[in-house]
Amino acid sequence: MNFILDYYNYWVVVFLMMAGFYIVISANNLVKKIVGLNVFQTSVFMLYISMGKVTGGTAPIVAEGVTQYSNPLPHVLILTAIVVGVATTAVGLALIVRIKRAYGTVEENEFENKDDAI
Amino acid sequence: MLEQHLAALPIILPLIAAPVALILGRSVLSWGFATLVSGLAFIFSWQLLTAALSEGVLSYAVGGWAPPWGIELRVDVANAFVLLAVTAISTLVLVYSKDSIEKEVKAANHSLYYTAHLLCLAGLSGILITGDAFNLFVFLEVSSLATYTLVSLAADRRCLTAAFRYLVMGTIGATFILIGVGMLYMKTGTLNMLDLAGRIDLYDSSRTINTGLAFIMVGVSIKLALFPLHMWLPPAYTHAPSAVTAFLASTATKVAVYVMIRFIFTVFGIEHVFVDMGMGLILMVLAVVAIFKCSYMATVQSNVKTVLAYSSVAQIGYMILGLSLVSVAGLMASMIHIFNHALMKGALFMAVGAVFYRVGSVDIKAFAGLGRKMPLTMAAFTIAGLSIIGVPLTVGFVSKWYLVTAALEQDNWIVAALVLLGSLFAIVYIGRVLEAAYFQKLPESQGSKSIKEVSWLMLVPMWVLVIANIYFGIDTTLTTDAANSASEWLFQADAMSESKVPEGQVSENHVLEERAQEVSS
Repeated sequence: MNFILDYYNYWVVVFLMMAGFYIVISANNLVKKIVGLNVFQTSVFMLYISMGKVTGGTAPIVAEGVTQYSNPLPHVLILTAIVVGVATTAVGLALIVRIKRAYGTVEENEFENKDDAI
Repeated sequence: MLEQHLAALPIILPLIAAPVALILGRSVLSWGFATLVSGLAFIFSWQLLTAALSEGVLSYAVGGWAPPWGIELRVDVANAFVLLAVTAISTLVLVYSKDSIEKEVKAANHSLYYTAHLLCLAGLSGILITGDAFNLFVFLEVSSLATYTLVSLAADRRCLTAAFRYLVMGTIGATFILIGVGMLYMKTGTLNMLDLAGRIDLYDSSRTINTGLAFIMVGVSIKLALFPLHMWLPPAYTHAPSAVTAFLASTATKVAVYVMIRFIFTVFGIEHVFVDMGMGLILMVLAVVAIFKCSYMATVQSNVKTVLAYSSVAQIGYMILGLSLVSVAGLMASMIHIFNHALMKGALFMAVGAVFYRVGSVDIKAFAGLGRKMPLTMAAFTIAGLSIIGVPLTVGFVSKWYLVTAALEQDNWIVAALVLLGSLFAIVYIGRVLEAAYFQKLPESQGSKSIKEVSWLMLVPMWVLVIANIYFGIDTTLTTDAANSASEWLFQADAMSESKVPEGQVSENHVLEERAQEVSS
C-alpha cells in the first residue's frame, strides 16, 4: 500500500505518460495524435515539477524566518520545455492544416491510400 | 574580443542571422547572406579545431556564470571535428541549393528555407558544443523543429505526411531524452556533463541512473535512426527537397551519433554502460541487423532517394558497430566514419538532386542513359558510390579498414566478416543505378533530347565533396589524427572522471537524495 501512496506523484506521471503514448500510437486522426503527444510531454513536465518540491520548504523567494526552500531549478527548466512543447504543437498543427488542404482529410487511413506507399 | 567568444560564435551567428535571412525576403539576397554566414561559421569551427588540437579543451561560460551552475560550452577535439564537418557540408549545400531550391520549392518559401536552414545549423552546432545536458535537449529541439519545416517545404504533398511522421517520432525521442536527463538530475542534482560524470560514478548501482540511461539511449537511438527505430527516416529523406536531404543525411543523424558517443563516454562512463549494463552487445546486434536489413531494403527500392536513405540507416549501423567494440580503435573508426559518410552521402544526394533538376524524377528508370547526357553529375555519383562500397583510394575504404582492424584487434572475426559482407549489398544497390546510367539507352522521347549538364553552381559543391572523398581517401593524416586524438581523449577523460568530485560535494548530494525521498513520503 505504501508503495503506491509514497510514490503517488510518479504513478500520476506514469499513467499520463502511457495514456499519451497510447493515443499517439493508436489514434487515426492527426489532431488526436498531437493531443496525445501533448499529454505525453505534460507528464514529463509534472515529473520535473514534483521532483523540485522539498517537504516543508516554501516557494523559493527569500523571506525572513524561512530557512528551507523548494528547488526552483526544475521549474525553470520546465518553462523552457513548455516553450519547446508549444513550438512543436504549433509546427504539428501547421502541418496538419497543410495535409488537410493537400489531401482533404486528416484521418491517417484515408490519405495513406491516396499515394503510392513508400 | 572575438577570440574570447570564439566558442559561442558557431551557435550565435546562425541564430541571429536566421531572422535576418527572413527579413531580406528576396531569394537571391537570403541565399547570399545564408551562404556567407555558414561560411563564417565554417571558418570559426576551423579555428576551434586548431585551438582544440593545440590547447586541449576550451571552456566558455555562457553569460559569465561559472560552470557547473551556469551553462558551459565545451570544445574539445571530438566535437570540434564533427562541427567542422557539419559547417563545411552546410556551406556547400547552401551554395548548391540556389538552383535546386528554385526548382523544388515554391518561390514564396525561398527565404523561409534559408531561415530554417540557418536555425537547423545553429541547433546542430549547439548540440555539438554545449556541455550541459538540458541545454543539449533544447538545441536538439531547435534543430529538429527546423528540420521538420525543411522537410515539409517540398512541392510534392507526400513530404507533408513524411514531415508529420518525423515530427511525432522526433518529439517522442526528444521527450525520452528529457525524461532521462530529469532522472539524472533527480539523483545527482547537476546538469553539467562533466559534473554529472563525476557524480554518476558514486551511484553505480542506482536504479534511477540506470533508468535514465535507458531513456536517453532509446531517445538518442530514435534521433539517429538506429534500427528498428528508423522508420521515420526513409520517407522523410525521400520526399524532402534534394538540398535538404543532402544536408540532413550528412549532418543531422551524425550529430545524433555524436550525442550517443558523448553520453556513453563522457557522462555515463564506459564501465557503467558496457560492463554493468551490457549495452555493448545490444548495440552490436542492432548495428549488424541494421547493416543487413537496410542494405537489403536499399537493393529492392525503385526510388533512388529511398535507396540512399536506406543505405544511410545501414551506414549508421557501421558507426554504432564501431563504438560498440569498446576500444580506442573502434571509437576512432566510428568518428572517421561520421566524417567520411558526411562526405559521400552529401555528394550522392547532390548528384541525385541534380538529376531531379534536369529530368524531374529520381526513379531508377529516369537514370537510363544519363551517363552520356550528364557526364559530370554521373561521374560524381560513381565516385561517391564507390566510396560507399569501400573501394580503395576513397574515404569509404579508410572507414571500413579501421572498422575491420578494430574488430580483428579483438579477434572478433565474425564482425569483421559481416562488415565486409555488408559491402557486397552496397555493390548491388549502387551498381543498379550505374547500370541504368551507363549501360541503358536514353528513352526516345521529346523531353530527353533537351537534358543537359546542370550549372556550375550545383556542380562545384558536388565536386568539392567528391574530391574530398578522394583526397581524404589518400591523405588520411587530418582525419585519422583528429579522430585518433578525439577517441583517445574520450577514453582518458572517462578514466580521469573516476576520482574527480571533491569530498564536500558528496555529502551535499546525499542531502539532495534524502530530500527527494522525503518528497515522495
